[in-house]
Amino acid sequence: MSTDTALLDAGLNSEALPSTLFRFATAGSVDDGKSTLVGRLLHDSKAILADTLDAVARTSADRGFGGEKGGIDLALLTDGLRAEREQGITIDVAYRYFATDRRSFILADCPGHVQYTKNTVTGASTADAVVVLIDARKGVLEQTRRHLSVLQLLRVAHVIVAVNKIDLVDFSEQVFRDIEADVQKVARELGLGSDGVADLLVVPVSALDGDNVVDRSERTPWYTGPALLEVLETLPAADELEADLESFRFPVQLVIRPQGALAPDAVAGGLDVEAYRDYRAYAGQITEGSVKVGDEVSVISPGHEPRTTTVVGIDFAGQSLEEAAAPQSVAVRLADEIDIARGDTIAAAGTVRESTADLYASLAWLSPKPLREGQKVLVKHGTRTVQALVRNVTGKLDLATFNVEPASNLELNDIGHAQLRLSAPLPLENYLHHRRTGAFLVIDPIDGNTLAAGLVKDHPGDHEDERYVI
Amino acid sequence: MSTQTTSEDLELNQLQSEAEGSAAAWRASRSGHGGPSAERLSSLDTLESEAIHIIREVVAEFEKPALLFSGGKDSVVMLHLATKAFWPGKVPFPVLHVDTGHNFPEVIDFRDRTVERLGLKLVVGSVQEFIDRGELAERADGTRNPLQTVPLLDAIQRNKFDAVFGGGRRDEDKARAKERILSLRDEFGQWDPRNQRPELWNLYNGRHTVGQHVRAFPISNWTELDIWRYIERENIELPGLYYAHEREVFARDGMWRAVGEVSQPLPHEDVITKLVRYRTVGDMSCTGAVESDARTVADVVVEVAASTLTERGATRADDRISEAAMEDRKKDGYF
Repeated sequence: MSTDTALLDAGLNSEALPSTLFRFATAGSVDDGKSTLVGRLLHDSKAILADTLDAVARTSADRGFGGEKGGIDLALLTDGLRAEREQGITIDVAYRYFATDRRSFILADCPGHVQYTKNTVTGASTADAVVVLIDARKGVLEQTRRHLSVLQLLRVAHVIVAVNKIDLVDFSEQVFRDIEADVQKVARELGLGSDGVADLLVVPVSALDGDNVVDRSERTPWYTGPALLEVLETLPAADELEADLESFRFPVQLVIRPQGALAPDAVAGGLDVEAYRDYRAYAGQITEGSVKVGDEVSVISPGHEPRTTTVVGIDFAGQSLEEAAAPQSVAVRLADEIDIARGDTIAAAGTVRESTADLYASLAWLSPKPLREGQKVLVKHGTRTVQALVRNVTGKLDLATFNVEPASNLELNDIGHAQLRLSAPLPLENYLHHRRTGAFLVIDPIDGNTLAAGLVKDHPGDHEDERYVI
Repeated sequence: MSTQTTSEDLELNQLQSEAEGSAAAWRASRSGHGGPSAERLSSLDTLESEAIHIIREVVAEFEKPALLFSGGKDSVVMLHLATKAFWPGKVPFPVLHVDTGHNFPEVIDFRDRTVERLGLKLVVGSVQEFIDRGELAERADGTRNPLQTVPLLDAIQRNKFDAVFGGGRRDEDKARAKERILSLRDEFGQWDPRNQRPELWNLYNGRHTVGQHVRAFPISNWTELDIWRYIERENIELPGLYYAHEREVFARDGMWRAVGEVSQPLPHEDVITKLVRYRTVGDMSCTGAVESDARTVADVVVEVAASTLTERGATRADDRISEAAMEDRKKDGYF
């Protein structure tokens, strides 16, 4: 494949086959050259337009970047906020966009220094792949271990470790192989890549010079693998990997019932009010799997046994679809008149375990307010938010050893386990196998802020593979 | 959608046949997953689905949302997405326009026709009225874009809107690149970029206290090119000035500025007639036209894909004031 020609023919021909979306995140610190790598990807994939480049070139010159030779400080391309430019740090996740002829990329650029767990968790939660930066001169650091443990926790499908600044170690194969071996060792300790869910790739790059970023470098002849962008262009996205694995899950966002409002003009302009007098559909985004007209489904609501009915229609903005799959937003019509409201879940019949009010979870704590036992919080799962009581904190991950140590509270950037009691039973599923229906937010009922990213675990005693303990 | 399965199959076949070397080896090693599914959505469909999900979440969780609607392409796309999200129901919220008093007349006309066609309620906040009452002062440079913030916040408070949809996109500006999809604002409408809520998975947290409101940006992840491809695909009508037309213009700040009531050339600025179009449509006093012969949406898609200038860099005087112009406006409550 020719990456040169692939680049940025992207939009030139609007008749071209539609491209697909690929979301990835970068994790690492400014010191690892992450901003430079992101700048290099954007620059070499021609996502940086002339006026932006001019501004960066002027600032680079003002600051004397590159000494006498001059040059462009690619890290400036990703500086966003005034405070960041003033302090020379990146504060918050920034989103960048670029495209090749086969894919449109959404890049979540996660800073390493400040609140790194919060930022990595945020970026990784929606990512198909995460690129972790390592400085070739420093090798695997505690921060690398922390990043990899977060990615393992969040079940990111592809982890790509970019060993950067390979030019500063004279393109040494030995240095690269040693770091590669260290990375593999950490991955084994974590179980990362060994469980068939995630895979791990290690690529030598020089973000400053562009080696193995967009094109394969001649200066690393001992490396026969693909350049970073080739990797990103060809890896299967998470929804492709998951498509065959998962059963239909559809959290109901709202009920579309034009006549429910009793307003005579409650249907969209141009539609016949009479034709939609009895229209009732359940709107939502399919979180997992797919559904066809005629499929048997179960409706899961708190306080009810699952009720079984049949899908009689899948509507999308006036089109009738025969089938739909994640991540499509549609409206589903059912054969039986069942009382269904926001927060209920429609699922492939017989595939959902009994709802439970006892929640066992891993939590990535993202707030400066610590988690205490006995605290009341809100849990947002799918389209339902319920109150919850934190019964106990059962452990905290030690990043040096990857062992779970006893703990009674969780603080900012901690990853731990807790048991919560919910005010209403929810159709919880193990995050291991369900990246959407196994995820939830912990919210502060007082100020409404998001406190933690939650990942559902099986109840103790249920079968759980020991490799997945974090 | 399912009607597009054929072309997606084609694409996948092509993708698969092109995969070679290590990529194929990785896939083979992942045999348990059976390789890519045949149903992968196109990027436009994925973005559309994400936006509709967000629009529905906001409508379900907030008491009184409104949509900022200027007649500009991004807000037109937003409104189109809202009509799709609630079909066959009506769009269940009003639209809000902050009128600088310097708008292009054809855009105001387009706004009114659209609101009429969809049977929507239109709320207008008027910069002119605030100036007339002495609550806002005209700037020395005559630009009224930054003056929109006060009438915007006034309209939000007066109407008790707790969520306001905007068509802001992260690719527009480096401050917007750090904006959340649901962005919490305090009673002064201020954005605090250093203290934003993490946004995880597709779970959006819109909780807010009395006096706070939320700005919602469902098309955050769209690029300018995505917008144009979507307009083409969905056959969405836009104000005519987005397409190439003859107009009397003069050069200022490296942009072509239209001659109009509020945009008069200085004695040394020559007026000429040029074939131009607008890439963004804002206040006449600060929005520039670009030379273009793109008369149709297909022409525009090609032009945007090949453009070497960013949309705001090419057309917005207000973003040229300083490196952090957008960031400063946003902190004060701008979109």
